[in-house]
Amino acid sequence: MIEGVWVLGEERNGTVHPVSYELLAWGRGLAEKLGARLTCVILGQSSLSDAKELVYRGADRVVLVSHERLSTFRVDSHTRVLTELIERYKPEVLLAAATTMGRTVMPALAATLHTGLTADCTELDIDEEKGLLLQTRPAIGGNVLATITTPRHRPQMATVRPKSKRPLPRDPSRQGDLIQETFEQEDFTSRVVRVAFELDETSEGSIQDADIVVAGGRGFKNAKGFADVSEVARRLGAAVGASRAVVDQGWASYAHQIGLSGKSVTPKLSMALGISGSPNHLAGMASSEVIVAVNKDPEANIFKVADFGIVGDLADVIPVLLERLDHLNAVAPKESLPE
Amino acid sequence: MKLLVFVKQVPATEHVKMDDNTGTMIRTDVDAIVNPLDLHAIEEALRVKEQATGEVDITVASMGPPNAADAVREAIAMGCDNGVLISGREFAGSDTWATAYTLAGAARALGPFDLIFCGERATDGETGQVGPMVGAMMQIPILTYVSRIELQDADTLFAHRAIEGGHEVVRCPLPALASVVKEINEPRLPTLAGKIRARHTEIPVLAAEAIEADPTCLGLNGSPTRVVKILYPKLTRSGEVLSTETTALEDCVDRLIAFLRSAQVL
Repeated sequence: MIEGVWVLGEERNGTVHPVSYELLAWGRGLAEKLGARLTCVILGQSSLSDAKELVYRGADRVVLVSHERLSTFRVDSHTRVLTELIERYKPEVLLAAATTMGRTVMPALAATLHTGLTADCTELDIDEEKGLLLQTRPAIGGNVLATITTPRHRPQMATVRPKSKRPLPRDPSRQGDLIQETFEQEDFTSRVVRVAFELDETSEGSIQDADIVVAGGRGFKNAKGFADVSEVARRLGAAVGASRAVVDQGWASYAHQIGLSGKSVTPKLSMALGISGSPNHLAGMASSEVIVAVNKDPEANIFKVADFGIVGDLADVIPVLLERLDHLNAVAPKESLPE
Repeated sequence: MKLLVFVKQVPATEHVKMDDNTGTMIRTDVDAIVNPLDLHAIEEALRVKEQATGEVDITVASMGPPNAADAVREAIAMGCDNGVLISGREFAGSDTWATAYTLAGAARALGPFDLIFCGERATDGETGQVGPMVGAMMQIPILTYVSRIELQDADTLFAHRAIEGGHEVVRCPLPALASVVKEINEPRLPTLAGKIRARHTEIPVLAAEAIEADPTCLGLNGSPTRVVKILYPKLTRSGEVLSTETTALEDCVDRLIAFLRSAQVL
């Protein structure tokens, strides 16, 4: 049996980060198509019960490397330990999340192992004839999708955006193997060391954790117009998102940017206002549960991913929308809806 | 102290065309600019030079077709001391690994450098991989997402990294590679004097033999990845779309509200 598919789990503050479960959801289908096992490798301080949880979420096997010096990501030690594990086990495929850790350690690994790496894949599949990993990502400013393979080098490496896939349902009947790997003390040394961490509570989360995201694009024409997005968002209890064009214009900060060059979101509802829907943008929101769009261009790409759309001018639609939402909030508290 | 800045020339517009046969970008007939994040890398090198007590020399290098020399000249116009263009047919079609291999070779040939700067990612490829790959190939410390640097002395660097949940402050010895994010600084504009100097600066071209490269590691042939298919996005949903031209505005909005309620999101 081939070694199969590996995913690089992540810890945050000593606990398994949920992005690890998303990676297992990505890896599960690939492993099945390859007829191979799915392994989650995780470095840090994960425990036996963490490993079991990874199995419940789709892993056939968990490879744990526990050491206090792995509890924060340090590029040298993570690269060294993972390089050795990959050379030892020789997985066919290695997936990681496009977090700041994944986007640092994966290039370092690919460089060291002399293999290919594809960033920010939006689709992964197996070429059933050749058994190759098909890595699809938006390319060239996000206007097209390119499918990329790594024909001869191993492992075939790819990153996927956090929140670009839902974790599999937890299945406590799943069984898996646990391997604890040990290393020499000097393998944990790193030239780059953390000396402090300055917590910024506004820097993470909000748009990625929100149930509803209201995002605005260039259709608002200026920063003053863009303020309407917050007005709609406030009435829906939603987070504010923005297209790249809007952030480039300075109408919203980078923390709000949705898309390949910003954040990925998978809320229950995405409302796209004045957003044309470049592949760059769609890559960050197309897996939202429900998508509604307002745009004055009937040919806009955003309508092709929308479950409901209005072709119209924002200047006309927004005031009516605000008025209707105000009316709804006045007659019925949100909790009592839907009817 | 010697600094190196890697810059990439990118299309000024997002609307570039692809060659369907090779899966590479058609670079002709598009205005080219210096990748915006690379301007921050240049600026940071200039600030290190301005704040240093000793002599600092800044080299800028770009890999690309002959007209990428314009990107090198712009960096010189901003204040970099000298520049090189890494160019040749043998480099064509490089993926991120082959690009990093080439840049690492160039850095060795031109160096040694104390600190290498690059932008966190380029607006065309959007991979963010080349910087950390170069660092790994040169076996020097890699600092990604750098939003601030402070040189303690000639051997030690403190850097702030913009990561999930906040800023991590790290310490590392030099030499090192830093890929920077846009929060790090505000890039200056080239001065007129700088532009004149840049116009008269000769930009030497480095080819494969100058960087002592293994020819099997260069260009398309040396790239571990292959683009096998280019497609225009597959868009799957096909929901109801109303137009305010054919349906009354109020009705459009009411139907939207009704839809949101039926989908149980309102």
